[in-house]
Amino acid sequence: MIRSLLFIPGNNPGMLLNADVHGADAIILDLEDAVSPDQKDAARILVRNAVRALSYNTQLVIRVNPLGTDYYLDDLKAVVPLKPDFIMPTKVDGEEYIKDLAERLTAFEKENGLEEGKIKIIPLIETAEGIENAFRIAKASKRVFGLFLGAEDYSADLRAHRTKEGDEILYARGRILNAARAAAIEAFDTPFTDVNDEEGLEKDAFLAREMGFTGKAAISPRHVSGINKAFSPTKAEIDYAYEVLMAIEEGIRLGKGAVSLRGKMIDKPIVDRAKRVVETAKILGLGGYENE
Amino acid sequence: MSKLVSTLREAMEKAGLKSGMTISFHHHLRNGDYVLNMVLEEAEKMGVRDLGVEASSIFDVHAPIIDHIRNGVVTRLGTNYMGAKVGKAITQGVMDTPVIFRTHGGRPNAIETGKIKIDIAFVAAPCADAAGNANGIYGKSACGSMGYAVSDAKCAQKTIVITDTLMPYPLSPASIEETNVDFVVKVDEIGDAKGIVSGTTQITRDPVGLKIAQTAADVIRHSGYLENGFSFQTGAGGASLAVTKFLKPIMREKGVKGSFGLGGITSYMVDMLKEGYFEKLMDVQCFDLGAVASLRENPNHIEVSASRYASPGVKSACVDHLDTVILGATQVDLDFNVNVHTDSNGFIMGGSGGHSDTAAGAKLAIIVAPLYRARLPIVVDRVHTKSTPGSTVDVLVTQRGIAVNPEREELKRRLVKGGLPVFDISELKNLAERVTGTPEEISKGGRVVAKVEYRDGTIIDEIRSVE
Repeated sequence: MIRSLLFIPGNNPGMLLNADVHGADAIILDLEDAVSPDQKDAARILVRNAVRALSYNTQLVIRVNPLGTDYYLDDLKAVVPLKPDFIMPTKVDGEEYIKDLAERLTAFEKENGLEEGKIKIIPLIETAEGIENAFRIAKASKRVFGLFLGAEDYSADLRAHRTKEGDEILYARGRILNAARAAAIEAFDTPFTDVNDEEGLEKDAFLAREMGFTGKAAISPRHVSGINKAFSPTKAEIDYAYEVLMAIEEGIRLGKGAVSLRGKMIDKPIVDRAKRVVETAKILGLGGYENE
Repeated sequence: MSKLVSTLREAMEKAGLKSGMTISFHHHLRNGDYVLNMVLEEAEKMGVRDLGVEASSIFDVHAPIIDHIRNGVVTRLGTNYMGAKVGKAITQGVMDTPVIFRTHGGRPNAIETGKIKIDIAFVAAPCADAAGNANGIYGKSACGSMGYAVSDAKCAQKTIVITDTLMPYPLSPASIEETNVDFVVKVDEIGDAKGIVSGTTQITRDPVGLKIAQTAADVIRHSGYLENGFSFQTGAGGASLAVTKFLKPIMREKGVKGSFGLGGITSYMVDMLKEGYFEKLMDVQCFDLGAVASLRENPNHIEVSASRYASPGVKSACVDHLDTVILGATQVDLDFNVNVHTDSNGFIMGGSGGHSDTAAGAKLAIIVAPLYRARLPIVVDRVHTKSTPGSTVDVLVTQRGIAVNPEREELKRRLVKGGLPVFDISELKNLAERVTGTPEEISKGGRVVAKVEYRDGTIIDEIRSVE
């Protein structure tokens, strides 16, 4: 269950030390944009030592430099032995990129005596070309766990003006989401970049959740709780989901063909949604199982 | 007889200042105070030597005292808190006689019982009348409460009020009353407003501090003490103040109406008073202009003396009614003893202030501290300086989990039940040391430069010189 993914610069010891205390479901240790070229090797070493010493209690994502740069292979070589849950490749533009990465991961896994295919991929899609190829990227390897939209680089690529409301990325959000769901994988939304605007963050996260995203990235620890809140079912939603499931059970017991609740027919999509809400609530340890 | 004299020198001469005496100061003007330096400079000019100084706190602005110690004007010093600048000189052994560190409650008790004999009390007053009635809520150097000066004025042989704003008689309210004042002197400025109180007190933005504060608020939620009539104190720094931010929605959700907020008061507590979260504020010191304005205008914002705030020698004090206090620490040891006096190199950089008093009085004393600062763990085998005894501390809250004093089994059970990440304190120590390693202990080889006097008057630790 990944609602929130918190970016942590790979060259910041203080933040690495406390990376997993902020309540994020996953942390993204960043070797890419947060790290200047003259610090790339230092960050690799720091991230390695941090992961080994701290045994983080969250899911671990490591963001690596893009294919075609001098750092790409060095990054992979350094991070695979750390057994992260996910690698996040950057500037992913097509399926060849992911195929290349999957092959390299297999090779490095073998070299390190690790189980093959264990490390999953969350491609960061942040170019117009990447958005157009989203579905192919999603299907490029079994390792692809979810697609992640990077709206800053993407809107620059579009020559669009980036706004808090995000109308300029509506197409990309929809496209990423549709591609991910079509491939039966997860979809993660771009971070909200105004660190001090907690209200704006909550609005943006709520929009992403309403659209169907699985979760959202954060560039500040102060955004984590807002994101977690937006992507967790509310008490009313959980209560309603249990009511739906109980009504269905009752209907089956009575041999009814069609079941209604509060005067509304309960069809399959409603039941599926209720099941998902209950499942999520259980994973998150939210109340409501007394109805079971 | 007129009490009003024209110069500080005249007041000091009329009060009979001479070598060997003990003089006292309060610290409401904090790092903006001019008065302590002014008086010592004048004493030096008068050729007075061998003075004992009893100052409720010493800030960096008081660094000139180091030279007065070197040249023999000041030979004895008692205080409740000492900033790093003077602290460093003291730790390096600038003074022959050890400094006596007391607490905000222990000091007035020592004064009122005659253990400290003050010959002349110098009371910096943001406004006063010619008879010596004084308060801190008006004037260009307004500091709010004057609670720490009350015992001094009452018990000193002579009391001199020093003000930069002279008001018509009778000034009211009178935090310091004319009945205790011998001389009044007007000077140009008693302090620098910028150093006295800040405009507003900002809540920390450090995510680790916020995480600690959130956890501390959750501790209060599940402690069993958060009920109608709840009383609360927190400091103005770091994670402490942020606890208030997270406590507010919890009080709202649970419908809890608090009885009083205590201590050094910030705008944040003032807002909670205004919004009805607390019935009263009991204020021994204002930390910002919002608090000063509230003390001036709101009848439910009450000024209290240091003695009423925290003295162990009075029939009852505010701290005895306190439910929960949030406190900081530079170190906490496996027995929950807390150090707020010395830094990681053994240098003096603080003091108890009201730390020990509130920990002793409150039903729930919570220490908030990061598990490590820079490369040093906060939880250690033995604190370098014992400021507050572990027997009065209930919970340690860090960003990676909390520890409950083993004497508080019932509290621990409630916090575990509330889903808080409760660890044994040694587990927290191990967790920190996995990252930081075990630091070498600071040598305790030097001579004694300060003694830590607990609120009941017993010496609970000594601080030694560092080369």
